[in-house]
Amino acid sequence: MAIRIIYEKCTLCRQCIDVCPFGAIEIKDDKLFINENCNLCGLCVKTCPEDALIKEEKTISAVDISQYKGIWFFAESRDGKLCPVALEMLNAALKLKKDLGEEVAGVLIGNNVKCLADELKTRGADRVYVIDDPLLEHFKEEPYAIAMAQLITKHKPNIVIAAATMMGRAFIPSVAARIKTGLTADCTDVSIDPETKLLVQTRPTFGGNLMARIICKNHRPQMATIRPKMFDEVPEIEDSPLEIILEQFNKNDLQDRVILLGKEKIENIIDLQEAEVIVSGGRGVKEPKNFAMIKELADLLGGAVGASRAAVDSGWIPYPHQVGQTGKTVKPKIYIACGISGAIQHLAGMQTSDYIIAINKDPDAPIFRVANLGIVGDIFEVIPALIKRIKENKKC
Amino acid sequence: MNIVVCIKQVPDTFEVKIDPETKRIVREGVESIINPYDNYAIEEAVRLKERFGGTVTAISMGPPQAEKALRDAIAMGVDDGVLLCDMKFAGSDTLATSYILSCGIKKIGNFDVIVCGRETLDGSTGQVGPEIAHHLNIPYVTYVSKIKNISSGVMECVRLMEDHYEELKVHLPVLITVVKEINQPRIPSLKGMLKAKKAQINIWKSDNIEGEISSYGQDGSPTRVVDVWTEHMKKEGRKVEGETDKLVEELATELKKLGVL
Ligand SMILES: Cc1cc2nc3c(=O)[nH]c(=O)nc-3n(C[C@H](O)[C@H](O)[C@H](O)COP(=O)(O)OP(=O)(O)OC[C@H]3O[C@@H](n4cnc5c(N)ncnc54)[C@H](O)[C@@H]3O)c2cc1C
Ligand SMILES: Nc1ncnc2c1ncn2[C@@H]1O[C@H](COP(=O)(O)O)[C@@H](O)[C@H]1O
Repeated sequence: MAIRIIYEKCTLCRQCIDVCPFGAIEIKDDKLFINENCNLCGLCVKTCPEDALIKEEKTISAVDISQYKGIWFFAESRDGKLCPVALEMLNAALKLKKDLGEEVAGVLIGNNVKCLADELKTRGADRVYVIDDPLLEHFKEEPYAIAMAQLITKHKPNIVIAAATMMGRAFIPSVAARIKTGLTADCTDVSIDPETKLLVQTRPTFGGNLMARIICKNHRPQMATIRPKMFDEVPEIEDSPLEIILEQFNKNDLQDRVILLGKEKIENIIDLQEAEVIVSGGRGVKEPKNFAMIKELADLLGGAVGASRAAVDSGWIPYPHQVGQTGKTVKPKIYIACGISGAIQHLAGMQTSDYIIAINKDPDAPIFRVANLGIVGDIFEVIPALIKRIKENKKC
Repeated sequence: MNIVVCIKQVPDTFEVKIDPETKRIVREGVESIINPYDNYAIEEAVRLKERFGGTVTAISMGPPQAEKALRDAIAMGVDDGVLLCDMKFAGSDTLATSYILSCGIKKIGNFDVIVCGRETLDGSTGQVGPEIAHHLNIPYVTYVSKIKNISSGVMECVRLMEDHYEELKVHLPVLITVVKEINQPRIPSLKGMLKAKKAQINIWKSDNIEGEISSYGQDGSPTRVVDVWTEHMKKEGRKVEGETDKLVEELATELKKLGVL
């Protein structure tokens, strides 16, 4: 299983070497050579002008895939409440249903979570499986993974998706490992391939510099975690019948080796993901005290304060404000980037915002490529003037 | 106490640029570094050794040049380095990677604590740690931000979730993934660097570990990358330059139109 080189065709033109993101292609003794860095991404195959590279596939059938039917989403809940991301996942699942024609089922795991199933009633899901058990009161990786794996083994879904929240990313990998199937993390989109009917999973890779499409051909279920805010919450629809199925949690496999001693809420947590307006500051803000200006503008617009990683790493503003690949994914109505260059990792967290305004003094800053309105100017002139103007307006 | 830390060598993607013309990745001058999150894992492993005694082994699966990452870890205070390196491992997804690493860790043996980074720069899945724990059938805790104590085979730690901290107690052996709040990684000392230079790195090939060959590399990987591309960003917006007054005028008009003023 590898990239095969047809030496007779290879002209050593080096185009594959240039294009390989992983530095996996070398020339050794006047011959092309593929080393251990190879990720089998296939960029070289696409690039080679001589068709001298082929990706070889061996088909291994791990399971009888025809037995696996249905599209499942994990209906995440916290502190007895259904999380809004659960409705985003349902929306993604319904989109897949349109192209695949298989039924959509939610999975609720927790203690006394049965009542939350009602909230899925008017949202278009066909069914919801509920595992209610005192042992599942608090989220812990092992019991949650076992509960989910038991359900999957019993009902054999074709596709399982979950939000790439901290909870999802913490326990879904263990579910996939238990079932011995593939899992694609942090997808920005999922769709069904019209021909093969396989789940096509799109995600950024290589530090956000590349996008990749990933499939899971011979193993089931096909599993993915999906970034929050990539899909809208599913709207309410006219009464749709929802079958609620209560399932038992089989504790035989559970060793429960982690004990929760206590929880402490983080005070003043900002709800960036729910804000309709976000004003973000980056390295251009220069000093912690200048965030006051960003905050003032945000307050005037009824919004929240975001930040780039550069601002967070400099210690100007705490991490919960960070937007981007390693921060929050946001999708406000208006996103105003102030003194942010627009690195790909920052864009990953905000480029689906409805309307993007960028204020930057460098006319070539990449942020302007995604901005609906680009203001080429100095934030220390533009923002105070804007604040002044808004205040004057409010007076009259 | 025996501590294992899992580290990966990654290209420094901070430095990677996309050529705007060809839409290709410009690799030139891009260095290979220890995955930044794994520095916190190394630091915590070394601190555990300093607090509770024992040895730290760093393990990595990767190409021959990943030996450098293991030496850098030794310079920070790690005792031994193990590199799992074989063409049979190439093309591994997270399931295969975690399986191979778990075979390597079994061979190291006698482990009490395994420390992983939160995620890698290049893959950024955060899946490898939890999957290793499954293969070894040990408990795991993600996003650990503080290790309070380890005594009589029990670790007390704090982990960070979206809106709260949790204090947990867990029986050893355990695998943890750590977040950057946990510590400030040290700069290697001169002595550490000298030690790293002379250190013997153990290189293990597929026949040095006991595992199913069919679970290695691409054969053991359920997922396949079918397409890779660089995002072409569209530019549909407009850009305004000029005097501050004009810029503010534009902004105010637009914000009014958007209904927030
Ligand atoms: C794996 C990985 C994950 C990452 N995750 C994230 C993430 O989640 N979020 C994130 O934001 N970044 C992330 N980064 C970092 C990212 O690559 C950039 O380094 C970062 O976003 C840059 O922040 P910045 O735009 O504030 O700073 P810079 O790139 O330094 O840009 C500052 C901008 O401010 C402008 N400026 C300066 N002064 C003024 C002024 N007076 N008026 C107007 N404009 C001014 C400059 O022209 C410049 O464009 C990640 C990187 C990696 C590799
Ligand atoms: N090839 C590897 N060798 C050693 N450790 C790894 C490797 N890949 C991942 N890890 C560990 O698993 C963590 C999560 O990686 P990932 O799932 O790729 O985001 C990393 O921070 C490392 O601690």
